[in-house]
Order: sequence, then C-alpha cells, then structure tokens
Amino acid sequence: MQPFTTLRGTAAPFLAINVDTDQIIPARHLKTIRRTGLGVALFEALRYDEQGRERPDFVLNQPRWRNAKILITGENFGCGSSREHAPWALLDFGIRCVIAPSFADIFYNNAFKNGMLLITLPKEQVELLAKEAETAADPTFEIDLEAQEIRRPTGNAPIRFDIDPFKKHCLLNGLDDIGLTMERVDKIAAFEAKRRVEMPWLEPARG
Amino acid sequence: MGRTLFEKIWDSHVVDQQPDGTCLLYIDRHLVHEVTSPQAFEGLRVSGRKVRRPDLTLAVPDHNVPTTDRRLGIADPVSRLQVETLERNCREFGIELFGMNDVRQGIVHVIGPEQGFTLPGTTIVCGDSHTSTHGAFGALAFGIGTSEVEHVLATQTLLQKKPKTMRIRVEGELHEGCTAKDVILAIIGTIGTAGGTGHVIEYAGSVVRSLSMEGRMTICNMSIEAGARAGLVAPDEKTFAYLKGRPKAPKGAAWEAAVAYWRTLPSDPDAVFDREIVLDAATIEPQVTWGTSPQDVVPIGGRVPDPKDAPTPERRAAMERALAYMGLEPGTPMESIKIDKVFIGSCTNARIEDLRLVAKLVKGKKVAPHVQAMIVPGSGLVKHQAEEEGLHEIFIEAGFEWREAGCSMCLGMNPDQLKPGERCASTSNRNFEGRQGKGGRTHLLSPAMAAAAAITGRLTDVRRLS
Repeated sequence: MQPFTTLRGTAAPFLAINVDTDQIIPARHLKTIRRTGLGVALFEALRYDEQGRERPDFVLNQPRWRNAKILITGENFGCGSSREHAPWALLDFGIRCVIAPSFADIFYNNAFKNGMLLITLPKEQVELLAKEAETAADPTFEIDLEAQEIRRPTGNAPIRFDIDPFKKHCLLNGLDDIGLTMERVDKIAAFEAKRRVEMPWLEPARG
Repeated sequence: MGRTLFEKIWDSHVVDQQPDGTCLLYIDRHLVHEVTSPQAFEGLRVSGRKVRRPDLTLAVPDHNVPTTDRRLGIADPVSRLQVETLERNCREFGIELFGMNDVRQGIVHVIGPEQGFTLPGTTIVCGDSHTSTHGAFGALAFGIGTSEVEHVLATQTLLQKKPKTMRIRVEGELHEGCTAKDVILAIIGTIGTAGGTGHVIEYAGSVVRSLSMEGRMTICNMSIEAGARAGLVAPDEKTFAYLKGRPKAPKGAAWEAAVAYWRTLPSDPDAVFDREIVLDAATIEPQVTWGTSPQDVVPIGGRVPDPKDAPTPERRAAMERALAYMGLEPGTPMESIKIDKVFIGSCTNARIEDLRLVAKLVKGKKVAPHVQAMIVPGSGLVKHQAEEEGLHEIFIEAGFEWREAGCSMCLGMNPDQLKPGERCASTSNRNFEGRQGKGGRTHLLSPAMAAAAAITGRLTDVRRLS
C-alpha cells in the first residue's frame, strides 16, 4: 500500500448530507473483477445527464475542481452498502482524502484499507473549509498526517484533526493489515485449538 | 456488572488485543458472493496466500444471477464473467459453492440461516452490508469490504475496534396489518439513518420476542439502514427450533452442548447499554417511504412532508432534492400515489413467511392492469417450499410474475431494473437514487403493503384491502 504522509492538492466542496454508496458508485458498475477504472463512474448520476453529458453545475465538473484530491462533504458520508468500489472510485478519480463531520462505519474502514485518509471535524470547521475551497484564489490545501493538521490556502492557522493512532501508523508506513496479522498466526492457531475443545459444534460438518 | 449479548460474543472471539484497544477478532463463519470477492481472491493469488479455513467459508452467486429461466445462462457477459470468476476461485481455493443451478442457491443472507450455517454466539461476516440479518440468531454478524474479505480469507480474523452498544426495546402489541418491516422502518424513522453509527443494536421487548425468526431477520437486516453495522436478537426456543435439523447445524451431543451454551448468551439483567431507546408498538402504523433515504418514512395514512418544515438548511436541501427525484409534491396523501411496479423480494423480505402472507392477501384478487408485479423468492428452497404449498398458483393466478431466486430488483445488477421515472412499491431495503435502476423511484414497505399496492395500483393501507 502506498504510504500517506502529506497530500497537497485542490479541495472540492460538496456539502450534501447522507451521500450514499449508490451515489458514489452505482451497482451496475460493480460487475468488474478489478479495483481500477471506476473513476469515470464516480458520482455518475450527479456528474452526467441522461445522455451521458457532463452536468456543468456539479462541483467535480468545474475547471477549478476537476483535479481535486480532497473532498469536503456533509455528515454520514458513505452510508449504505459495504462496496469497496466506493473508495476505489474516489481513488481512481484522484481523491485521496475526504473531510466530513461524520462517516458511515463500513465506508470508513474500507477507505483506510486503501490508503485513504478520512478526517472527521466538527461541522462548523467543515463548513469553514468548504467556504475556503469555494472562495480562495487557489483552493490548494495541504494535509499533513504526521502533524495531524490541515494547512489552508488562506494562510489562516492550520486546523488540527484527530486520528486513531493505529490507523495513522498503518497509513504513514503503508502497512498491509494482512501482513501484520500473519505475524500473529501462532495466536490464531492457539485460539482455534482451544475453540475446538470448548465449542466443538463450531467445526462444521459439510452438509 | 453483567454483560450484554454483544459483549459475551465479542469477549469469546478476541484472539489478541493491541495496547490501543484494537482487537484481533476470530471469525466463525464467512459468506462469500460474486460481487465483493474477486479482488480479494486476486489479492491472495498475488501474495501467494491460501484460504486459512475453507471449511468455515460458504459461497453463492446472488447479485448478478438472472431470475428468469436459468437454463439460458447469464446473457450479460460482464455479469457472467463475475459469476464464473467466483466458481473458478472456489475451485482453486477449495471453498464450497452453491452454484446458480443448485436448488440451495439463493440470497446469501437467506441461505446462511436456511442451511444452519448461521449459529447463535458466532461471528459471521460477508462482503455485504446486510450481513446484519444473521444477528436475528444471536450472532455478531456484520458487513465488510473487499480488503477485509481478503483478510478473513487469509487469516480467519479481522482487526476491529469494539463498537458501542444500543438496545432498542419495542414494547406492547403490534396493530393488525403491522409487521416486522413496519417496526424497523419506524425505528429508522425515529433514530435516523446515522442513528446507530458506531453501535451494535440489540432489539428486545415484547414485540421482538413475539416475532418469528423471519420477522427478526427482517429487523436485523435493516440495522445498517440505521447506521449500525450489526443488529442482534437474543436466541431463544424459537431460534433453536428454527435451526434444529438444518444441514449444517450441529447434531446429537454437539447440538445439546451448543444449546446449553446458547442459553447463556442473552444479556444479563444488570447489563448496561451505552444507549437505550423504547418504542411503543401502539404508535406504529404500516410504514412507507416517500424519499431517497430509508429514514424518509411516514405512516401510510400520512402525507409527503414539506421541506419548509425541515430542521436545518442541509436537511431542507436534501428533502427538496429527494422530492424532485421522486416526482412528488409536499402535502400529497401517500395513499394517492400511483405505482408502476411491485417488487416482493430481497434479503429483507423474501422468506417463506413473507410469501405466505402475500398469498393470503392476494388470493382470488388481481394485480391492477397498469402494474407489473414480481415475486422473487429468497432461495431455491424457499421457492420449492412455496410451490409445495401451492402459493405460486395463487401468485400466478393473481397476475404476479413468479421468478427464480436472487437479489434481483433490490439493487438492479441483473436485468430486473426500473426504467427512469418508474415508481415501485418494494419490499427491499434501500430507496437511494438509482438503486433499483437509473432514475427509478422506490417506496419501501412491507410484503403485506406491497401486496395491497399491487392489487389497487397505488400505495394503500393494507387494512383497507377487503
């Protein structure tokens, strides 16, 4: 996994609430057996009209934010399904960091497993950042994960954010969860041995 | 201090705990389907890893499969490749698969309980957010993404932070015409679509106790629509009776030992939950959604709400957008809304009890001439059971299409999709924009209410159906 240290890029303001995974990437695009190539379908119904033409009013279609690397959005972002295609589509588009007042649980986990950083901030701060992304002459932000701060285009004081220390550690070092867990395989084997004795009914007979 | 049902299951599955509290949790049962697994198997291949416990893993294609004649195969080459990829991966990694033409094939959350693969006190995961369904058996069951699917395949564990606990008690007696679906829609309407975020919900109270296993599954199924990854109901005699004799359930002495253990699982009387909510069943009327989030729900006797009454500007904007998408005006009586399609199916409501209820309501009646209505059983075995009971004859006689098992129009990955602007009364779980097909408009409701809508051709209080 690619480590996440600092990210410098344009932030796009998209303050809708309860943006669900079907909006991020509709089900008909989940037939792929690969992780890449989903960026063109990101926010499909919002980005394109019935004829497949870009809707000029949608934020990611506007020249200022076409190359956004950061998305600033509303509460409960990513609610709905467990599809990891949602973070894959964001990443494939080029967005590696999402800032919101809250996120849905499964989406939150999925994003971090793919080297994305999700930042949870109080609503007032999210709105402030969205406003700056909207109005600053150059809406370029810098996210510094090590320092846990967002540097703003306006030159105002950076905004601090909290992050789970283990998630931070994994992101900074680009660590693969599975590799880490594999180091504890003896503990897993011991657990299974104990379980076989204490709860023998959990060993399934193939029926 | 006593422990909750959730805490008992959690504690008995911790393999290892990191100083920051992150736990390595053992997974007892892993369900796999074709949509969220190909990249996980590919990851194993790239890293040269094996599946640690293929014997604890069960696979089935359900999202992409056609619900029409299966002998014709899958017409869409992209869908076909995904299903074939699952078959190939299961062969390569030694995982049991119920193929498309196996009578045991069906929606992953219907077949787990049906086979006795789902057991109380276990941890169950699947790359699907409606894995919460299995919580009806007193299992800790939750949806995961593809990276986590790969993690479970490789290690039979997951890294997890312990969630908070919430208990929702539904007390009293349900009105006639109200079902488990109305209860869970009312709950989501009360706590909101993010109300359960970060929590595991235990459903309790006299109403939940009195529900069948099918009803409990319907409730737990939609926990994720309230933001909770998992929902639970304490196992009891109904749970044991449902599971006894199922193909993958324990037998003989192992069964006896299991039941003795399962009886220790319910939350202790002095257990403390982080949050408690009580709902009075008397306040619950048959429910129907008007918008594009499951929390956009009103009693069938109600009206489409007015965005002007929204508590916040964001909420007002969301409501305005939802109404524009749904083609509805504020103040419209819900019962006046005409529908084009009816979908009875999905992991929420496609079990035998749902079909029996629909059959009872539509027997001797006809689907309204302008309505296309389809019934998609949850599994091949549910279909078989319904046909044994002659339910299919009632459905076909009334003008319903009687289909093969699968996810179907719940999410529109197979050919069963709404066209732009079409309005559907649906027993599924999500009314998101485009969920049932691009531009399609979804009204979530119970199987009984869907049956009533099919007959009258508009959203209808099932209690009016004579």
